[in-house]
Amino acid sequence: MTANTEVARSSGRLWQGLTLQQKQVVWAWGFLAVPILFYGLIRFYPTVEAFVISTTNWNLMNSPSFVGLANFKRLMADPVFWQVFRNTFLYLIIGTPLSLVLAFTIAYHLDRVRFMHGFIRALYFLPFLTTATAMAWVWRWFYQPVPIGLINDVISSLGFSQQPFLRSTTQALPAVLAPAIWAGLGFQVVIFLAGLRAIPTTYYEAARIDGVSDFAILRKITLPLLKPTIIFLVVFSSIGFLRIFDQVYNMTSGDPGGPLNATKPLVLMIYQTAFSSFDMGYAAAQTVVLFLVLLCVSLLQLRLLRDR
Amino acid sequence: MTGSSLMQRFAPGRVLVWLLLLAGGLLMLTPLLFMFSTSLKDSADIYDLRLIPAAPTLDNYKTVLSDGRFLRWFWNSLAIATIVTLSNVFFDSLVGYTLAKFQFRGRYLVFLAILSTLMIPTEMLVIPWYVMAKNFGWLDSYWGIMFPGMMTAFGTFLMKQFFETVPNDFLEAARVDGLNEFAIFWRIALPLVTPALSALAIFTFLSNWTAFIWPLIVTTSKELYTLPVGLASFAVESQIQWELIMTGAALATIPTLAVFLLLQRYIVRGVVLAGLKG
Repeated sequence: MTANTEVARSSGRLWQGLTLQQKQVVWAWGFLAVPILFYGLIRFYPTVEAFVISTTNWNLMNSPSFVGLANFKRLMADPVFWQVFRNTFLYLIIGTPLSLVLAFTIAYHLDRVRFMHGFIRALYFLPFLTTATAMAWVWRWFYQPVPIGLINDVISSLGFSQQPFLRSTTQALPAVLAPAIWAGLGFQVVIFLAGLRAIPTTYYEAARIDGVSDFAILRKITLPLLKPTIIFLVVFSSIGFLRIFDQVYNMTSGDPGGPLNATKPLVLMIYQTAFSSFDMGYAAAQTVVLFLVLLCVSLLQLRLLRDR
Repeated sequence: MTGSSLMQRFAPGRVLVWLLLLAGGLLMLTPLLFMFSTSLKDSADIYDLRLIPAAPTLDNYKTVLSDGRFLRWFWNSLAIATIVTLSNVFFDSLVGYTLAKFQFRGRYLVFLAILSTLMIPTEMLVIPWYVMAKNFGWLDSYWGIMFPGMMTAFGTFLMKQFFETVPNDFLEAARVDGLNEFAIFWRIALPLVTPALSALAIFTFLSNWTAFIWPLIVTTSKELYTLPVGLASFAVESQIQWELIMTGAALATIPTLAVFLLLQRYIVRGVVLAGLKG
């Protein structure tokens, strides 16, 4: 008899000796073994690593040298960072309310439509399924000057002067934001529709019998009962706008971040600092700022919406 | 149907709302329509901004596809998105099931730990991931593109919520029949949450098909680009040839649109399930 079979037999005996409850515990940790390794190695360790790198000066070639909070001080004194910070917040404070109000208005009316409901919903939803890279180029083409660009063609045929859009420091940011709102709108409409569907119709019937106006029903019944959906969409879409990258990168390649950094969001700055300048410590400090901003925004929004 | 409700149904206000909704929907489609329209135009005709091309041609598609790179990027995206989706469907549901249906010390801690990773933005992890990939020789490889996304906290959370609705009696009955725990998960529990599985699969596939920043960082050779990264590089080098850019964009969009038209009902339901549970 070999040692192997001996081991197998004794472990078999060990397994038989366990209670049902103990066996369950062994199974559970067995199922979790690979995932725990994954989360430890690919999520938790890199998170700690990001904080550590943010306190170093490192170009990937030399070994990193500890510089304490110097990267954060440098960031506070960097005018480009403040421009980028401003841009990122503009994406957030224009994008989130605008897309949510649009999506809610569409969903609210579409909810009552029976005729071709699915078809109209599909029209709004289709952009959500596109690739931001591909669509950034379509929109970029739209914004071109007259012989090529559709929007300027329409504007000038109506007798107005052409607009520079992506070439302008003031128009570039909204021009980049438009496709981001466009692409996400369908998702929000679908989620709002599901939220509206979940409100029991008896509430509406009771309100109608009492002669409550449509607007009062909207304000007193629909919106309050839609609160979980609204919280979800506000958090989901503001995190999306704070992390905007694909659209900006592709619409302003050649002049990344737009004229005078007019469109550059934080994630593009992180990308350039890390993978064009290989200034890893400085880039990591920027990611820490992004993390803190995202944390504050989600906590603040959850708080505000819960209190109301 | 009574006369008054018929009147209500076709009241001018409601017809107007319907028309506005339709017009808005068609407006949403304009970028897609013009993309397809331009992809069918000869390079001499792109200044003609009519939606229906005067002389539609498939030459642009032939040019782009005969390049070979484009098909390669297409297959890269397809392979990567498929493998990552399968991995997520398996591991996220295994972990979700374990956390929902097993009693053991540390269960809540594991759940909280996994859930807490939702607070960490990917952008914060890309630098450590890049360093890790560099040290392990994973840069510029399929595995390098795929490794960060093999499991997600979002998927785990979604699956846990759904497994909690599966009655314990089913699982107990299988246990009495002598099935081992993995077989119970695989053959009894998993088929009961098919709607959640398809929601997870759709979400994971879509987000990996369109993923941009990490593949852009981790790949350097053109053969390993995914479709979005390839398209970005392709568009830069052929900057003036809008008709070819639009063709590339169309080719990146056609698969998802085709899948949507085939599976519309499931995709919308999947998005709702994933969205509301997430």
